[in-house]
Amino acid sequence: MDRPKVKGWSYPKSIDQFPMGSTCKSDHLTSINAGWRTVKPVIDQEVCINCLKCFLVCPDGAIDKSSKELEIDYDFCKGCGICAFECPVNAIKMIEEVK
Amino acid sequence: MLKLNAHTITNKEYFYGHKACGGCGESLALRHAMKILGENSFAALPAGCMAAVSFIYPNMAFTTNAMITPFAATASVASGIAAGLKALGIENTQTIGIAGDGGTADIGFQALSGAIDRNADIIFITTDNEAYMNTGIQKSGLTPYGTKTTTSPAGENLPGSITQKKNMFEIVAAHGITYAATASVGYIEDFLKKVQKAKDTKGTSYIQVFVPCPTGWGYPANETVSLAKAVVDSGLWYLAEYENGEFMLNKNPKEFTSAKDYLKKQSRFKHLNDADIEYIEEQRDKKWEIMRRKWNY
Ligand SMILES: Cc1ncc(C[n+]2csc(CCOP(=O)(O)OP(=O)(O)O)c2C)c(N)n1
Ligand code: SF4
Ligand code: SF4
Ligand code: SF4
Ligand SMILES: [Mg+2]
Repeated sequence: MDRPKVKGWSYPKSIDQFPMGSTCKSDHLTSINAGWRTVKPVIDQEVCINCLKCFLVCPDGAIDKSSKELEIDYDFCKGCGICAFECPVNAIKMIEEVK
Repeated sequence: MLKLNAHTITNKEYFYGHKACGGCGESLALRHAMKILGENSFAALPAGCMAAVSFIYPNMAFTTNAMITPFAATASVASGIAAGLKALGIENTQTIGIAGDGGTADIGFQALSGAIDRNADIIFITTDNEAYMNTGIQKSGLTPYGTKTTTSPAGENLPGSITQKKNMFEIVAAHGITYAATASVGYIEDFLKKVQKAKDTKGTSYIQVFVPCPTGWGYPANETVSLAKAVVDSGLWYLAEYENGEFMLNKNPKEFTSAKDYLKKQSRFKHLNDADIEYIEEQRDKKWEIMRRKWNY
């Protein structure tokens, strides 16, 4: 999986540690989005025909195609269900998240 | 030109970990635009959902250089970035302005017009979700007739918005711009191709991409891409380009799919009656009659 990762970050402890204005390095994620999900997509690799439609339509880029089998970055998938809706062979099931 | 599709585009993400609503069409368009523009791009975004979901200090969703501009100044800031890069002798970069429909057709209009006039070397992408979403669904110049928003309520006296969608694509073309196009996240390969064309264009280029918004339009989040396809198939939006002074229709459906089916999937159009829908279809047919008569396809 090749996806940006959450970077370490600690809040400034004193005023002189704050930057001038709210600027920061790019590629600077400080929190994940997994908690937004009520359902999560699970790919049935047996059914998948590797058409990559799900990779194409995900607004969050959470589906990674760099390995032989597709991988979902559950840190950043929001469970919107577009991938499952668009999959031509119904290889993706949306299953309820359990805490 | 290499065919751009899910198999050929990069796996790398340049716009990631943003806080847009699940199923947001606008973020899907940005994700793909950034894949084509890549590492050496400099993005300027005004206020709007995409700025609001990416720059939540210290969380930064762009992996490239990007900044928020004053609302009216997207194209000016982008022009300035491009000029600055040139002055510094930094080569092989791409500067891009990315604004919403409000940030383009209303508030950012004069800056865009000026940039095209100067032929600034930038790409301007309009992510058109047909209203001011980030402030809670107000009508913009690109909101189509019959849309219920918080400033164009639907009731006994009004069918929602009573104005037509402003013809931004042709207004931009009328400047004699080098390259302009319309697109939709229902046809992502077509959009990728157009971003690549814009990238290869020296001077100003403009792409207006149709991006459904589940939160503002009222439909299940998993239908974003299918709605963005339905709007094109039903003729309520069109895929076109303007190049070398000529218009080109990229898709000319023999028969339109049902406009009613497209409209009734969304709560912003739930109130429309058959007469309203007939009126919308009439306006659509008029537009297509002109496009088919005057444009290439
Ligand atoms: C000068 C100025 N006027 C108004 C606002 C408030 N404002 C912030 S975002 C926004 C809506 C933007 O709508 P649009 O450009 O369509 O982008 P969307 O949020 O729909 O992506 C407005 C009105 C502002 N930030 N600055
Ligand atoms: S859309 Fe379905 S079949 Fe295609 S790659 Fe994704 S899971 Fe596999
Ligand atoms: S559920 Fe939505 S966010 Fe998650 S992988 Fe599918 S399309 Fe992407
Ligand atoms: S309100 Fe609409 S445009 Fe804004 S982030 Fe949510 S889905 Fe996207
Ligand atoms: Mg908008």
